[in-house]
Amino acid sequence: MHLLYQIFIDPFVQMGTAPDLFVQTLWEGLVTGVLYSLIALGFVLIFKASGVFNFAQGIMVVFAALALVGFYEHGVPAYLALGLTIVLMLILAFAVERLILRPLVNQAEIILFMATFGLTYFLIGFGELIFGGDPKVMISGALGLPSGSYQIKTLGGFVQMQKIDIAAAIIASLMVASLGIFFQKTRIGRALRAVADSHRAALSVGISLEQIWVIVWFAAGIVALATGIMWGARSNVSFALEIIALKALPVLILGGFTSIPGAIVGGIIIGLGEKIGEFYWGPLFGSGIEDWLAYVIALVFLLFRPQGLFGERIIERI
Amino acid sequence: MFYREAGQFKTTYAADSALFPILQDKIGIVLILFVAFILVPLTASDFAIDSILTPILVFSLAAIGLNLLTGYTGLLSLGTGGFMGVGAYACYKLATFFPGINIVVLIICSGFFAAAAGILFGLPSLRIKGFYLSVATLASQFFLSWCFIRIPWLYNYNVSASIEVPTRTLFGVPVTGPTATPATRYIVVLAIVSIMTWLASNLIRGRIGRTWMAVRDMDIAAELIGIKLYQTKLLAFAVSSFYCGVAGAMLVFLWLGNAESESFNINQSFLILFMVIIGGLGSLLGSFLGAALIWGLPIVLRTVPGFFNLSIKAATVEHITFMTLGALIILFLIAEPNGLARLWQIGKQKLRVWPFPY
Repeated sequence: MHLLYQIFIDPFVQMGTAPDLFVQTLWEGLVTGVLYSLIALGFVLIFKASGVFNFAQGIMVVFAALALVGFYEHGVPAYLALGLTIVLMLILAFAVERLILRPLVNQAEIILFMATFGLTYFLIGFGELIFGGDPKVMISGALGLPSGSYQIKTLGGFVQMQKIDIAAAIIASLMVASLGIFFQKTRIGRALRAVADSHRAALSVGISLEQIWVIVWFAAGIVALATGIMWGARSNVSFALEIIALKALPVLILGGFTSIPGAIVGGIIIGLGEKIGEFYWGPLFGSGIEDWLAYVIALVFLLFRPQGLFGERIIERI
Repeated sequence: MFYREAGQFKTTYAADSALFPILQDKIGIVLILFVAFILVPLTASDFAIDSILTPILVFSLAAIGLNLLTGYTGLLSLGTGGFMGVGAYACYKLATFFPGINIVVLIICSGFFAAAAGILFGLPSLRIKGFYLSVATLASQFFLSWCFIRIPWLYNYNVSASIEVPTRTLFGVPVTGPTATPATRYIVVLAIVSIMTWLASNLIRGRIGRTWMAVRDMDIAAELIGIKLYQTKLLAFAVSSFYCGVAGAMLVFLWLGNAESESFNINQSFLILFMVIIGGLGSLLGSFLGAALIWGLPIVLRTVPGFFNLSIKAATVEHITFMTLGALIILFLIAEPNGLARLWQIGKQKLRVWPFPY
């Protein structure tokens, strides 16, 4: 009885008695969710266009962030370093297309998935070799990103909002909007969607698969760079970030592998659910439930909607 | 010339469907078992046995477990490490509760606990498949890892949060714990792995294995010809987790000697998945080859600079090992997406028609 009370009643009482704390938790969840969304976005871009489940997205985030900091530390001005990193991501996209995707064209999904694992290992080794394994501080100041925080007095207490988080939310929405316009309105965007629908049909109307793949990997690289900057500004840039790629998986499940809005909504649901669950229910189970709560939320969703929130309906034929 | 089945006629169905229908194969397997059981323990150094052979065998068994699920039933799982952990912790608790029972029996029994966990986490597999299912298994991985840290009962409230293996004997010879020699532990591991591999090979050649493969190739069609999907998939999860659980128990009891939750984290799952895919999906031999390659490669890469008297910093070697491993995985996938087992098949075919090209 006491346990039931603790599970079903007590957390809500806590939310009611300290609404400012609740709003603070909501905000934290929202911001984490936005960052998850950004990583999921990179996954979705590549999955849509090439059917590759890109496990390396997480390490691409780290790699981009490390490269940016690395260039800056070698005396390159911040904005030039940003440009150089973008060029580096373009080179990476070309290399991936030429060395991994092209020889493996027409292979089973799981083989391509494994290949991105190989890429992950390679990038971990390569990144540590060049930039060293130590955590680095993101150059958010030099890039003109705001620091400090707002304190909003409300609900009998106050809610603290980091300026960088607000910037992250704005940048994320801008990025999603521009990607949406890119996909819907431009010539290349249409070609991308055609490739996503059917490789063979796209080829037959004269769309170059190779070119499309480079473009999506490059786009995913830029998304990775943005994610790296935002995440790096909140904590540090280190290889521990690589694990967040795994956090993007439940987000993808929720949103569906092929839906950009799904990635955003899924990310926010997971972020909110995780923070609220950890804060209000975590102490009951001895904390740390953040590690698996996201997966359980996704799992429950899956049981009701196997194709995710926005995913296309799966129709199977013999 | 030497490897040819010409002239070996089968007169009964039993002979035709034997595990090794060709005489040369029979001789080969006897030779391999002879070398593994008798020559290796007598001649190999403790280092070779303890840091190369035993782990390869243990990981092979885990890879076989995953292969039964992923390669034969087509259900991608990323929770192998968690199921291995269930086996290990179950074995530890069993050894605590029943100190009198033979340790080998306990190791096998702990597989049943892992199988139960496998069934529990395999429940979503009817509704979801492919990558979606892999995320469901990832949930089990993270949940189990969390349990291994947060439930102190599992490690007997040990301050270091790790499990330490007590000394147990088999026929009066210590097989677990600090006093057991690497060679003894190796032989026990080898015996368990050989028997379980033999069981697995019979399982997949029989009715159960065929239903698994039917589900893998197309589950709707399998359902239409009367295979009960749910039971088949859950059985695959159970058997697979059983193998992983036994492998996990052996990992701790017969190889490492102690372990923490770290030994069964997500990286372990990925490592086993590498072994299965590099070795070849749907091949028992592939599981062994994959385990040998993935485990052996870093060791080889680490010793190479020593040969040339290059003094490279340890950290640098580690990074280069990572890079090379990644590059090699990609290379192997490009060269032979069906894994090492397929290369072996090709080689065997070449041998069969030698000296002619085809």
